[in-house]
Amino acid sequence: MSDFTSGFWPLYISVITALSIIGTWVFIRSQTTRKLQPGEKPELIGHTWDGDLQDFDNPLPRWWLGLFYGTLIFAAVYLVLWPGMGNYAGLLGWTSLQEYEDEVKAAEAKFQPVYAGFMKQDVATVAANPEAHAIGRNLYLTYCSQCHGSDAAGAKGFPNLTDHDWLYGGDADTIRATITDGRAGMMPAMGEALGPEGTKEVANYVLSLSGRKHDARLASAGQQKFADNCAACHMPDGSGMAAMGAPKLTDKVWLYGGSEASIIESIAKGRNGVMPASSQTLGTTSNREAKLHLLTAYIYGLSQQK
Amino acid sequence: MEATTYNYKVVRQFAIMTVVWGIVGMLVGVVLAAQLIWPDLTFGIEWLSYGRLRPLHTNAVIFAFGGSGLFAVSYYIVQRTCQVRLWAEKLAAFTFWGWTAVILLAAVTLPMGYTSSKEYAELEWPIDILITLVWVAYALVFFGTIVKRKTKHIYVSNWFFGAYILTIAILHIVNSAELPVSLTKSYSAYAGVQDAMVQWWYGHNAVGFFLTTAFLGMMYYFIPKQAGRPIYSYRLSVVHFWSLNFVYMWAGPHHLQYTALPDWAQSLGMVFSLILLAPSWGGMMNGIMTLSGAWHKLRTDPILKFLITAMSFYGMSTFEGPMMSVKTVNALSHYTEWTIGHVHSGALGWVAMITIGSMYYLIPRLFGRESMYSTKLIEWHFWWSTIGVVLYIASMWIAGVAQGLMWRAANADGTLTYSFAQVLNTMYPFYGIRLLGGALFFSGMLLMAWNVWKTARMGRVVNDAAIPQAVLA
Repeated sequence: MSDFTSGFWPLYISVITALSIIGTWVFIRSQTTRKLQPGEKPELIGHTWDGDLQDFDNPLPRWWLGLFYGTLIFAAVYLVLWPGMGNYAGLLGWTSLQEYEDEVKAAEAKFQPVYAGFMKQDVATVAANPEAHAIGRNLYLTYCSQCHGSDAAGAKGFPNLTDHDWLYGGDADTIRATITDGRAGMMPAMGEALGPEGTKEVANYVLSLSGRKHDARLASAGQQKFADNCAACHMPDGSGMAAMGAPKLTDKVWLYGGSEASIIESIAKGRNGVMPASSQTLGTTSNREAKLHLLTAYIYGLSQQK
Repeated sequence: MEATTYNYKVVRQFAIMTVVWGIVGMLVGVVLAAQLIWPDLTFGIEWLSYGRLRPLHTNAVIFAFGGSGLFAVSYYIVQRTCQVRLWAEKLAAFTFWGWTAVILLAAVTLPMGYTSSKEYAELEWPIDILITLVWVAYALVFFGTIVKRKTKHIYVSNWFFGAYILTIAILHIVNSAELPVSLTKSYSAYAGVQDAMVQWWYGHNAVGFFLTTAFLGMMYYFIPKQAGRPIYSYRLSVVHFWSLNFVYMWAGPHHLQYTALPDWAQSLGMVFSLILLAPSWGGMMNGIMTLSGAWHKLRTDPILKFLITAMSFYGMSTFEGPMMSVKTVNALSHYTEWTIGHVHSGALGWVAMITIGSMYYLIPRLFGRESMYSTKLIEWHFWWSTIGVVLYIASMWIAGVAQGLMWRAANADGTLTYSFAQVLNTMYPFYGIRLLGGALFFSGMLLMAWNVWKTARMGRVVNDAAIPQAVLA
């Protein structure tokens, strides 16, 4: 793969680089004067500025010159062995891309046996295996904990994975699908359609569904509005629809908060929950399938615990 | 009639603002360090969020504190070593008010979230244009003064200031090439990896020419003055001046090791960073060896302590930098706190300390005095600063190396040993030590402000100082 648009530029780079290294060498050599004899004092150069600013004529220190020459020699040797002089590949034929690919290959070969056994087992079996659980936990901490938390208990807007409550379903295949393809949980903003008063009424009706404290007058006014605007996704009884990830509104689980103010905000402004697809997170190596399998089992196992 | 006095007014204005902006910039740094420990420190106010304060901190310490210091000393030194008054004084006054306007605009626009997103060049295009105008005026004043000098030879400090003024002009104009879409928004003229390379060609040479070459110019005046000794080697000045400026230009790609930048460019960035070691150390040696024959002064003179300690940190940072540019080292150090430690050993240990030492020499003279109000306070300032820097960089070294090792640690099954949150958790004690170090350094600046205030009150404002009988060099 060439980085250059024409044959001129690699030549240009190489010539300037070589001239710079050689030129620096010639320059410091030309400035090297004899060492002071033992006991010999440096002379002052005959300039004076601002009353008393003067210079001694000490020669360039020898250890310093040695350091300088040393780095120039290192540069020359390095540029023979490694890429640097335009499109010259270097005697070692090293590229950063090749280094990366070699490392990935080596890792795949090394870790394949670790995963191979688990790949033959179903998710429930893997979930019960303590060794798989340990691997799954590490994968979870690397890829998932940033949003769902180190304890998988989630946060506002990020579902709790330990509470037996699932937006899209908690069976192994659905969990795998969620991790593989990601999810986009979109609730449209209804504030304009309902108006401020209507929003408040619907919010109170929603509160009543889970038996929370609410204003009965507002809730009954909101019932019909809920049926007209919300029931298509959340179902007429508020039991939700897993196929769309529309949350059940009759339980105590609130992804974005269950206070009247939070519910009003959800209704008025809508919500956009995004979980990225694993193609963006788990990488593209052949171990990806194994990671997916172990991670699915780990998440599945979280909700199997009491 | 020819002027018989030096213009100290513009020097004094910049010198005072150096202290003021030092306090402001470092205070923002302390707030940022605290935010990393307590993220909710600023109550979620967007103008005070980490992402907006961070560019304010870097711009304030580099361009406001460092920049004002450089304007002050370069105007002072160029007059005194050329033995003439500044050329085009109205332009010099414009550079003061123009530069101060740039800083104030930065202090307003960066917290509001206006940014070009280029590191160390975040200011939006109208401010970029103002910077360009100020810089052209600066170049005219500086080189105009050189042209009408009374001395035959040009003093070494002025070579360094000249190189810095010319190069910063080129860097600023090339890197800030952008297409405006509105008064407050523009897009870079470059795209993709070319944009990254132009950015780090600029970024690294901002370090090279603004924070190194220019401050070496400062060193070459104040160390021989304060030590009362001739500079160790004229030849070394010449050789490290040319080699430093020549080699620095190549080093930018080391900021982009193991990225989409082509391998050949990464290699050149690395080998020239290594070659840069000797030219950098040439400056350190010439500074420190100038003291030979006067080492005893270090015991009693806190200004000299500042200047010589600055040279030591300069030598250490310029060893660390080339080492970190080596690909295998960079693979560990990049993106970790180690980089932050490295930057601050240069910024606090070298740039701030050489500036503080120079200001303690310069400021009393701008108020008609030989010395500051209190030498004891300078001594205290020196120790607070030194302990502050050491706490800062040592904690960041340990944090950075630990962070790099924890990120790459893997288990026998191929999974990562530590999650991001676990690594972050390990950082907390070091963030605490860093905050303490930074707060100490900042407190030292408050001592300085008090000392400067008392000095100014006891002295008298000198706008024009008599030019002594010319000694023709």
